[in-house]
Amino acid sequence: MLRIRCPWCGERDEIEFRYRGDASRARPAADAAPAAFHAYVYERDNPCGWHWEWWLHIGGCRRLLRIERHTLTHEIRVVTQAAQIPDGAGR
Amino acid sequence: MNGRPSIRESGGSYSGWRLLLEGLTGQRGWSRAWAKATPRPRYRVVIVGGGGHGLATAYYLASEYGIRDVAVLEKGPIGLGNVGRNTTIIRSNYFLPDNIRFYEYSLKLWEGLERQLNFNAMVSQRGALNLFNTEGQRDLFTRRANQMRLLGVDAEALDREQVKALVPLIDLDNGRYPVLGGFLQPRGGTVRHDAVAWGYARAASRAGVDIIEHCEVTGIARAAAGVTGGRVTGVHTTRGLIEAETVCLAVAGHSSQLAAMAGLTLPIESHVLQAFVTEPIKPVLDVVVTYGAGHFYVSQSDKGGLVFGGAIDGYNTYGQRGTLPVAEDVAMEAVTLMPALARVKVLRQWGGVMDMSMDGSPIISRTPLDGLILNAGWCYGGFKAIPAGGMTTAHLIACNAPHPLAAHLDLDRFASGRTMDERGIGPFPYAH
Repeated sequence: MLRIRCPWCGERDEIEFRYRGDASRARPAADAAPAAFHAYVYERDNPCGWHWEWWLHIGGCRRLLRIERHTLTHEIRVVTQAAQIPDGAGR
Repeated sequence: MNGRPSIRESGGSYSGWRLLLEGLTGQRGWSRAWAKATPRPRYRVVIVGGGGHGLATAYYLASEYGIRDVAVLEKGPIGLGNVGRNTTIIRSNYFLPDNIRFYEYSLKLWEGLERQLNFNAMVSQRGALNLFNTEGQRDLFTRRANQMRLLGVDAEALDREQVKALVPLIDLDNGRYPVLGGFLQPRGGTVRHDAVAWGYARAASRAGVDIIEHCEVTGIARAAAGVTGGRVTGVHTTRGLIEAETVCLAVAGHSSQLAAMAGLTLPIESHVLQAFVTEPIKPVLDVVVTYGAGHFYVSQSDKGGLVFGGAIDGYNTYGQRGTLPVAEDVAMEAVTLMPALARVKVLRQWGGVMDMSMDGSPIISRTPLDGLILNAGWCYGGFKAIPAGGMTTAHLIACNAPHPLAAHLDLDRFASGRTMDERGIGPFPYAH
């Protein structure tokens, strides 16, 4: 059971949240080549290690969170609001 | 010595006569089912991953395509990966015609597999029953069943009374999600998964394939870009460099990790899928049942344990375990559908890491790198696909052209917009 420290609600069980996928992909500019959109929509680094991801606090404040979590240990080391992108995170 | 074990070394043939003879002579004549090979420096084909698909690919390369200079590399022992972690269900009740043809081909290969391998894999076509709980679901399942029947695959609609007669254990009128009926694929069923790994390993070994356990791949060797365009020339392993004309990755669960060694990024996420088995009980369930109101499937093994599972845990992980919220969810579905199970104890629980692909369908494909073939992205469906996956991957390696029944599973489908999304979910692997 993950415990996620929501910046608005405090520490809550994972069942209050819904996973919304890899948060490290940046949307290309509208006029970017198809290959850039293919990479954005379909390709995933899928690391065995630290991973930036979206979690929606659907059973709480209903905010979208951006979380850095380890995919082997499930340890969570950063939880931020969606728009706030930490230095050096993602790409 | 060309690395090919004699029949005697690889255990001889299995038959009723042999069983009788060994019974009379103290069971001393049995030997290892497959030879423990040591790696040679070079092979025509190296298959990374000694799971179901890797072993089946090696077997069909040798038996159907005459390519015996093959090594299968497995980082641990044979049979401890996903081939031994699934819920052993076989069926071909898919919706997309290309997927129906592929999985039906697999089901037909299952039907003749034991005779071909000379190995008892306990293939049991006990029927696979998909229950539906809403009228919308009935329409959807009807459409799928019609699609199957148009392609000559068996599918039968059952009303409530027929469901009750077939599986008395089901509580049709459970308070939350009453069962409205079901669709039965009579040729669906179960296969003993360990025997699949052992049977293919033994048959491949007897055909001359080297099965090399405890040999982990640590890197992909490539030619300098200027010479042959950076083609893959072999693999670096914990037991040294092994060269090959063709390297095939069959490491579902860890495909992204291996592909990254070759500089490729795949349309795959890794997720854990849990499975459960109860204490052995008397026969209560002789059909595979799936529950439409949630994600739940159950069958009873020949030992008597109820083998069941549900959905993936839902977020990226490489942990071969599972977390409690999904275990609780699966248990709730079990007792909602079959209240009698509330008194049965769960004996074991485990997890397997899945390649969840972006469209929910597998990938059997060449890659942007010459000499590198991919068998990946099996999501929940890898076990039932082992014979067809092995055959079509072997075809791709031997003929350097896709097998007609697996041409739709190429990697290029994502870029070109031909995704095979059975349920129309979109590029969200955690939701497939």
